Amino acid sequence: MATVPSSARVVVIGAGIVGNSLVYHLARLGWRDIVQIDKGPLPNPGGSTGHASNFIFPVDHSREITDLTLDSVRQYQEMGVFTESGGYEVARTEERMEELRRRMSSARAWGIESELVTPEQVAEKVPFLDPTVIVGAFWTPSVGVVDSLRAGTIMRERAQELGALQVVATVEVTGLDVEEGRVTRVRTSGGDIDATTVVIACGVWSPKLAAMAGAHIPLTPAVHQMISVGPVPQLAGTTGEISFPIIRDMDTFCYERQHGGDMEVGSYAHRPILHDPEDIPSIEQAKLSPTEMPFTADDFDPQLEQALELMPDVLGNPEVEIRYAINGLLSLTPDGAPILGETPEVQGLWSAAAVWVKEGPGVGRLVAEWMTDGTPEYDVSNSDIARFYPHQRTREHIKARTGEAFNKTYGIVHPGEQWASDRDKRLAPMHARQREQGAFFFEAVGWERPFWYASNEHLLGEYGDAVMPREHEWDARWWSPIINAEHLAMRERAGIVDLSAFAIFDVVGPGAMAAVQGIVVAQADVAPGRVVYTPVIDERGGFRSDLTVMRLGHDHYRVVTGGAHGMVDRKWFADRMPADGTASVVDQTSTYTTIGVWGPRARDLLGSVTDADISHESFGFGRCRDIEVGSLGVLASRISYVGELGWELYVPMEQGAPLWDLLHAAGAEHGAVPVGIGVYGTTGRLEKGYRAFGFELDAERTIVEAGMMRPKVKDADFVGREAYLKQRADDPATVLCTLTVDDHTSADGTQRYMLGGEPIVGRDGSPLVDGHGHRPYVTSAGSAPSLGKHLLMAYLPPDQAVVGSQLAVSYMEQLYPVTVAAGDATPLFDPANDRIRG
Amino acid sequence: MNAIIVLVEPEAQGASEVSRETLTFARDLAARAGGAPVHAVVAGPAPDEAALLAHLGEQGVATVHRAVDDRLSAYAAAAWAAAVVDAAHSASAGIVLAAGTPRGNEILAHVATRLDVAMAANVVEVDGVDPLVVTRQVVGGSALEEMRLDDAVAVLSVAGHACDPVPVESPSHPEVTTYSPTLTDTDLVARVARTEEAAADESAALTSARVVVGAGRGAGSADGFKDLLELTDLLGGALGVSRVVTSLGWRPHHEQVGQTGSRIAPDVYIACGISGAIQHWAGCQSAKTILAINTDPDAPMVTKAHYAVIGDLHEIVPAVNEELRARLG
Amino acid sequence: MANVLVCIKRVPGASGQILLTEDEQAVDARHVGWTVSPHEECAVELAIQVAAATGGAATVLTVGSSDALEQLRDALAVGCAGAVLVEADTQHFGPVDVAESIADVVRAHEVAGTTYDLVVLGNDAADTGDFQVGVRLAYALERPVLTGISTCEIDGDTVVARGDGPDGLEVFEVPLPAVVAVMEGGVSPRYPSIPGRMKAKRAPVETLTDSRKPVGSGRVRLKLPPEQPSQVEILGAGADAAPAVVDLLVKLGVVAK
Repeated sequence: MATVPSSARVVVIGAGIVGNSLVYHLARLGWRDIVQIDKGPLPNPGGSTGHASNFIFPVDHSREITDLTLDSVRQYQEMGVFTESGGYEVARTEERMEELRRRMSSARAWGIESELVTPEQVAEKVPFLDPTVIVGAFWTPSVGVVDSLRAGTIMRERAQELGALQVVATVEVTGLDVEEGRVTRVRTSGGDIDATTVVIACGVWSPKLAAMAGAHIPLTPAVHQMISVGPVPQLAGTTGEISFPIIRDMDTFCYERQHGGDMEVGSYAHRPILHDPEDIPSIEQAKLSPTEMPFTADDFDPQLEQALELMPDVLGNPEVEIRYAINGLLSLTPDGAPILGETPEVQGLWSAAAVWVKEGPGVGRLVAEWMTDGTPEYDVSNSDIARFYPHQRTREHIKARTGEAFNKTYGIVHPGEQWASDRDKRLAPMHARQREQGAFFFEAVGWERPFWYASNEHLLGEYGDAVMPREHEWDARWWSPIINAEHLAMRERAGIVDLSAFAIFDVVGPGAMAAVQGIVVAQADVAPGRVVYTPVIDERGGFRSDLTVMRLGHDHYRVVTGGAHGMVDRKWFADRMPADGTASVVDQTSTYTTIGVWGPRARDLLGSVTDADISHESFGFGRCRDIEVGSLGVLASRISYVGELGWELYVPMEQGAPLWDLLHAAGAEHGAVPVGIGVYGTTGRLEKGYRAFGFELDAERTIVEAGMMRPKVKDADFVGREAYLKQRADDPATVLCTLTVDDHTSADGTQRYMLGGEPIVGRDGSPLVDGHGHRPYVTSAGSAPSLGKHLLMAYLPPDQAVVGSQLAVSYMEQLYPVTVAAGDATPLFDPANDRIRG
Repeated sequence: MNAIIVLVEPEAQGASEVSRETLTFARDLAARAGGAPVHAVVAGPAPDEAALLAHLGEQGVATVHRAVDDRLSAYAAAAWAAAVVDAAHSASAGIVLAAGTPRGNEILAHVATRLDVAMAANVVEVDGVDPLVVTRQVVGGSALEEMRLDDAVAVLSVAGHACDPVPVESPSHPEVTTYSPTLTDTDLVARVARTEEAAADESAALTSARVVVGAGRGAGSADGFKDLLELTDLLGGALGVSRVVTSLGWRPHHEQVGQTGSRIAPDVYIACGISGAIQHWAGCQSAKTILAINTDPDAPMVTKAHYAVIGDLHEIVPAVNEELRARLG
Repeated sequence: MANVLVCIKRVPGASGQILLTEDEQAVDARHVGWTVSPHEECAVELAIQVAAATGGAATVLTVGSSDALEQLRDALAVGCAGAVLVEADTQHFGPVDVAESIADVVRAHEVAGTTYDLVVLGNDAADTGDFQVGVRLAYALERPVLTGISTCEIDGDTVVARGDGPDGLEVFEVPLPAVVAVMEGGVSPRYPSIPGRMKAKRAPVETLTDSRKPVGSGRVRLKLPPEQPSQVEILGAGADAAPAVVDLLVKLGVVAK
């Protein structure tokens, strides 16, 4: 029986690709006294890494995932365990070809060499593929395979050579001790290890480990079926692991990948087969390994037929036998992103889970950087374990969403596509009214948010072509011209917006001001009744959030932030509360609901239901105060994310519906309409040049680059101040701009509207590169109905970031002319902000 | 108390070891069943009748039923079973035992069928005698079954090494009853026509080789197989490799042993520098004896092997080759 | 032309550590899935080879729940031409019941015009290890039976079968029709090809029902033997262990001397 050391600086649980890579990077960054344990033997302890198909297609629609993949490929190459094979994603249908064109957009945006090729070109390199079955393919020469087990061994050995690492295999964790909210000890079958930093890198077992400490790692083990057939005569003469490009048969959700003399066929087409982490067998109980479950042939049979169509000569050969077939377990998460970072429940307990082999080494580096100085090179907000709301950690939610997402692994997923499963989990108090108003709901972290209201359809007649109708189905999917009609009605009269999805938390106590001051960039030492909009940045000066802070009292601040990243923001604040307990964070998200009223008639509307003096002189912009609205006590805050006169009105959750009704009743005579998030989140803000976190703003962007510099920097210290001052002194490497699309006409005469993510190139299609070496891409796209334009935001090389610069956007492999309309945050609509002042 | 009768398989030096184990087992059972006498039945040729009798006396056998018939010169399960049934009748046996060998199980299956009673194969323990409840090996010995036998005659085979063969303190002098069993032509249809030497396959193809020398990543490179190939030659065996070796292009695909390669069942598998991934284990686990040579004493191949040498194959294999050359002259 | 019936049994897959169901009446297959024993895989292979060599057909049969269709399809995928599922609640079936059930099908098919010259089975079931179904079946059908057979071929009206015996490879020559229980090791069972698998999916399966009152197996309960630690014997470390290695190889009889 192996025994473990009695203490460690850090314990890394798991010796799969993630754990191995993490121990190496921690060692490289100077950590010592690292103990890595696994319940299985080395080099293959029996987790998902051991049966991974180990191939890497670098192009993903997600920038961060692509970055992590490219970083991983570099690491695999450096270790000498990467074999380039090239890879095709083949299309059997025109619809898929269109998706491959969209994939070209991503390839161009991330700067990865790829091209669309004909069936014959595919057959040239893969002679056993029947070209008549496909209509084309997306070719990426840098696709390759890795030896992830070997990589793991090399990385462990490197950490050991640095004298930093002790590896103990075949010991099982039996408990995680938590004292006063902090992890203190790892109990194992080989003894206990005292440690105040513990990383769970246990793949499919991670939820079980986290639960030992009372934390949650919301992933589910899910089956990916794979068979290996051989011996294949066409491969017999080859040497090494792979000589032919890998094929992803996108329409059948399958892949075919040479492995020596065999061909592996994997599938994401079968029914979702989800397991519970507690039900994964032990090594001894397993037939092959714990994560190689018994193959269920019935689930795979339909794929066999399709694979056979594609490679009849190889797979139709009766001498070629199915010699290995597994239901391999891998980790799926409810939103598809990895689960990284310190758990919000337990200090010192970290998660590095739900990671594929293609991202493993990159994630290892990222988490090591995060653990070391808190500022990983790549943005982690989409992978941060703190992002989950309680309902998102429930097993039912995880199973519903992963089950829904599984068959989209190779699917054509529209950027606006909404989840169908486990909906209606967070309902605004006025939800029933919104249904009556014909709300079309989009979901955000569980909240059902009206994106537009069918009851406003009559506005289409009022505004005619000003609603900028879209004729192409793809562009108009998950969209409605009603959004633009609501926008125009708000700009002309008034709109009433449900903002229940806000995350709200208070910072209270005698140390509240100092605490908030030390976290936010803007001056927080303001008089009570002030509202401050502010970036939140990290030590490196990258965005961690942008949010509003209301000073409600001397010892009382209220932070209001977007729902999507609200839980991460809450943890960011909570982690930075003073050690002496003089300030603390209190979550109010479920306590208050928010309704926005904006538009030139907003003051008239609100004034008709309140006796409070809401004149500009008495209730100026950036102020908040309690007012009476009818018989309701309301906290009114005069700010705007749509560039209009108006207020955010905060009431206790149970008074949301009465307030909603009251405002609508009073608004009728002012022509007020309910306005959806389509306006609030896109059209309204784009016209005003407002940036959105997660789109324009993330940890890889700075205040300077985003054009959000204020004339002065406050004297008080705050997180990232030093970096920010330096950034202000230097020329930016990239500049956020707003662009207008000059001509929407495609080659076939259809008017096309970009949706976001597309590469910005020179007018002639030549690539642009900014000072970071990145290629520009569209961070947000949407209509500007008041301008009659389609607007794009993008970070551009500084020399292109000048008004009037003539560029192009590549959309579905066609170029459309665009012009830079703002080289900074200047709004294209109402540039002097007269309307906000009312 | 009804007698217990044991089918004894003779071998060169008397009774086979497992038969002697079975006799000891029968004696213990007899003691628990109220001191029933233990009888033995022997059919077919016995190379050394005197030694056989001595063994039976050592085991305290009361009576030996010796079936004698020219037609028993070549093994025929049904005929043997006929002989056992006759002896069981004349002994008024309530329990019929045999060792859980291929022949023991085969003959008892015939006996049970002829007596129209249940048979319990590979019994390791008796849990109770009234009613008779035994524990026997199932699932290839990975699990045990408690089984109840309610028939007038219980037919049990005893698993090998269920007990040690323990002689009685003072050997008995068994009474030997020679008899001619009732045999029909049908009983002799399925009999051994001839015996062949087990085919020695000199071509040493991977799947039929008696010795396979396995090599994994520990070989180090495509050039790291010289000593391994020499060892293979010296033993007249075949070289098998793990998947990583073929994936790295060090050796051709057809040499791969494992889930996606050949599955082998040699007498000896010498796994050199192979960690023992499940994929590989699936292909080699049927080897009768596994010798692992590995630097890591905790490697799965080492812990699952019968024998192991800890160290670098590049030091050990040349030394073994040298030793082999010396002994082979 | 010889028609062969090969009988298989759906059993839990193998693993290092067995799990039992809560009622201790069965092996819990949840982690290991279902399969047939290696003996039966070889029996299927032999059946296919014999059928192919004589221009006959191999039919696969199982007695059990409809879940056993999975195993029938596996056999169809590697070359069995037909399949018979005898649906029965086999939880309380013993070897007598299984043998009788199979015998009923053989007799019924004979009446219907199909004679199975050879019925092959695995030497013993992977789960129950009874070592007797083949023998009992043979008596029920009044046929000769061989057990422990590694290879067999048809020579006219005779099956020539070989199996390991105490004195070498024993050869049997038995007139047809006969019953043969197969021991693994004589043939390499083939894996299914993709076309085979697809053919199997579409192949019709004859489904019968057996509602006999079973004689039973006598099972009281299952239990697990005490755990065995690693049995490895370390011969030594480094080059110094070479003599011990050679001693071992000599003892195992693989050094030609």
